[in-house]
Amino acid sequence: MQSLRWRAVTALVVLVLGLAYMLPSIPGFKESAIGKILPGDSINLGLDLKGGINLTLGVDMDTAMDNNLARLGDDLKAVARDKEIFVLRPNVLNESQIEVVLLKSEQKEAFEKVITDYTQFTIEDTKIMDGGKEEYILSISPQYRSDIEKLTMEQAIKTIRNRIDQFGVAEPDIRRQQDNRIQVQLPGLQDPERAIKIIGQTAHLEFKMVDDTADIAKAKKGILAPGRELSVLLKKLPSGDYAETPIVLKRDAVLTGEYVTDAKVLLDNWNAPYVSITFNARGGSIFTNLTTDNVNKRMAIVLDGKVYSAPVIQERISGGRASITGQFSREEARDLAVVLRAGSLPAPVEILEQRSVGPSLGQESIDNGIMSAFIGMAMVLCFMAIYYGFAGLVADVVLCINIMLIMGGLAAFGATLTLPGIAGIILTIGMAVDANVIIFERIREELRRGLSASQAVAEGYGRATLTILDANVTTVIAAVILYQFGTGPVRGFAVTLTLGIITSMFTAIFVSRILFDLYLKSRSDSAKLSI
Amino acid sequence: MGLQIIKPDTKIDFIGLRKIAFAISAVIILAGLGSLLIKGGPKYGIDFAGGMIVQVKIDKNTDVEMVKDAVSGVKLPGLVVQTLGLDGDHEYLIRTSSSNITSEDVRNKVTSALSSNLDGAHFEIQRLEMVGPKVGADLRTKALEALFYAVLLIAVYISGRFEQRWTVAGVMAAALGFGVYGIGLLGVEMGWLIIAALVITVGLCWYLKLNYALGAVAALIHDVTITVGIFSILGKEFDLTIIAALLTIIGYSLNDTIIVFDRIRENNNARKGNTTFASVINTAINQTLSRTIMTSVTTLLVVFCLFVLGGSVIHDFALALLIGVGVGTYSSIFVASPILLGFGPSAKEMEVEA
Repeated sequence: MQSLRWRAVTALVVLVLGLAYMLPSIPGFKESAIGKILPGDSINLGLDLKGGINLTLGVDMDTAMDNNLARLGDDLKAVARDKEIFVLRPNVLNESQIEVVLLKSEQKEAFEKVITDYTQFTIEDTKIMDGGKEEYILSISPQYRSDIEKLTMEQAIKTIRNRIDQFGVAEPDIRRQQDNRIQVQLPGLQDPERAIKIIGQTAHLEFKMVDDTADIAKAKKGILAPGRELSVLLKKLPSGDYAETPIVLKRDAVLTGEYVTDAKVLLDNWNAPYVSITFNARGGSIFTNLTTDNVNKRMAIVLDGKVYSAPVIQERISGGRASITGQFSREEARDLAVVLRAGSLPAPVEILEQRSVGPSLGQESIDNGIMSAFIGMAMVLCFMAIYYGFAGLVADVVLCINIMLIMGGLAAFGATLTLPGIAGIILTIGMAVDANVIIFERIREELRRGLSASQAVAEGYGRATLTILDANVTTVIAAVILYQFGTGPVRGFAVTLTLGIITSMFTAIFVSRILFDLYLKSRSDSAKLSI
Repeated sequence: MGLQIIKPDTKIDFIGLRKIAFAISAVIILAGLGSLLIKGGPKYGIDFAGGMIVQVKIDKNTDVEMVKDAVSGVKLPGLVVQTLGLDGDHEYLIRTSSSNITSEDVRNKVTSALSSNLDGAHFEIQRLEMVGPKVGADLRTKALEALFYAVLLIAVYISGRFEQRWTVAGVMAAALGFGVYGIGLLGVEMGWLIIAALVITVGLCWYLKLNYALGAVAALIHDVTITVGIFSILGKEFDLTIIAALLTIIGYSLNDTIIVFDRIRENNNARKGNTTFASVINTAINQTLSRTIMTSVTTLLVVFCLFVLGGSVIHDFALALLIGVGVGTYSSIFVASPILLGFGPSAKEMEVEA
């Protein structure tokens, strides 16, 4: 009976631990006196239960590479020009190659020396062209490409995190996934669409000069002077939509959002909101020079390729401030300020998946889950007690312990409880008694064979244990696979199912045996066993 | 002794009923497959097909036709309206395509259509889900992979466990892995790959005389096929939670089968000279019948609670479990064991006998 004592102590320790971890999850308990000394946090609820929005964003890596190559090409051109080597503006051919045309092929040697400083480039091909020009095809190394991909993802995640922080959401969860994807979870959000807009906007701010001499009609047919591009000027209509008028811009940005240090919403004389941006010192001086040189010309403020306003520069503007007007509503102005402060995304992002659950549905799901768990449990408890008598009560006690351990386990491992997770617990209620049913049926058989109560109990547990372990392995295999391949809520199901199977084996085999042994010890061996 | 549904001396000739059982199974399976064929495969939810769903709850007596009329005016691509959950809930699922339209547009359009066309009834958009085509395809592949690996691992586990022939089980796993990898190289769709894997598994089990594994795998194919078939007949959609349900059914069905098979093996090892393998099986099924029924009843009780009370989101998941657990119980008695008989005791048992 020494062993019985030790087994009972072990069971009690597990029980107390389970209780300690489970109790904080009961509403209101954390604030109580006992609640304060307990270690555990309450169980994390999934977004499907507490409401919120789950986004999967795909970062457009091709565009990121294009932008990067274009920047690298411009840089190469500028460095070459400093050494009086002249090349045409480099062309991005695809996401790993650019084409550069050297104007005078006699500078070939000097130019190739410049290229060798760019370790990321290798000269893929050269071709002599008419008029003494020479064409170079430069390609980047796979290593450089993967570095850029990594950097782009890190920057995108950082920017998104900044924006969410500025927007003010508690406990956001942002993580990188495979295939250049980012998962964003925002709990308890009231206006998902606004959050999506803020997160998804590239917010690439550029200042470009307007070419008022260009022929718009020709430009619309695609006939543009070199270094010009066709864009659209937005004008807000009373309906809230935007009207677009074509406008021709000089392609090179004179200033970009990189130099912006702050952005805030201000009101003009007519109480209309606009966004005031502040440049850093370098940006400020560029802006001053720019406005000095271009008085009476129009400058376009371009956000993500669209012109929000194109005011005429009246006079030199010093002080490093500019304002973006665009007949914004206050909310729009505020959101724009948020994204400008947080910086632009390194590449456009696409929303690949979105799941938003309102808080009322989440609460409804919790209530429904608890309701079905309680009723299901009550039915199983009654059924077992009626069918197996005393043994049924033992099964009932260990079932309650089992549920407690599942809850405690969820809290202890920091797992997330989802709606399918609740379903997993409910399913466990039904399946957990299986182990006891197997044991009890075996004990009944042994009793019929004429064994005494204690012999029958020993035999029943002995023979049934292996079968139970065996049968449960298959469900665990299914659950583990589900965890491996499943996403979000379904994973929660796999977690509770696995946890439920493990705890149920502990309670149904180990704990119930202790209860039986204690019971058998307290009575004479000849008495009948209620099973 | 307490209540007994099954009397200890029960001797039902389950093996004798196998022809009727096979006929019943065949009819249900064929009906399901027929439905799948007519409907052009399973009906995918947005998890797998991509698209957008908006779940609305209306605080007023409405039916699906009213909601359909209300939203039909706005231009939403591929619009479908369904009821959700139980009748009194007034919850509806509005499904649209997700191409060329943002979730904001859909939200706005649904809101304006419902507020102007439902006589001022209060409603709430409780849930909006959008799955793009890329993610949909990914989830589809992942779900099929999950089913595939579940079948593979379980087949290996069962052959190893029952026949104590882990080497053979390992060989089988390797053969299966290579076979499927080879077929995979041909660029076959994942669905066909699974069917190929199942055919190879069943073939290998038969060839290697892994009869217990053969019976168990046949039973789980039976259960999953019937569940999928009934879902198709009922016009229910397949999404991620249904895959979770199918995997759980696989786990449950095997659990049940293993309990019966364990008993068959135990009895077979202790069998006297003149008893037939059929009567060994029959005895084992009868001995475990009480347990089989008890466990099904408790499991079905809780799943039924979930089905009725669990709410609209979990409704179909509970339905799948309800069907699967029921069929799983039936199959471990009427499908797995007769198949075991059909192929006789395996090589290992022959040795024991000799």
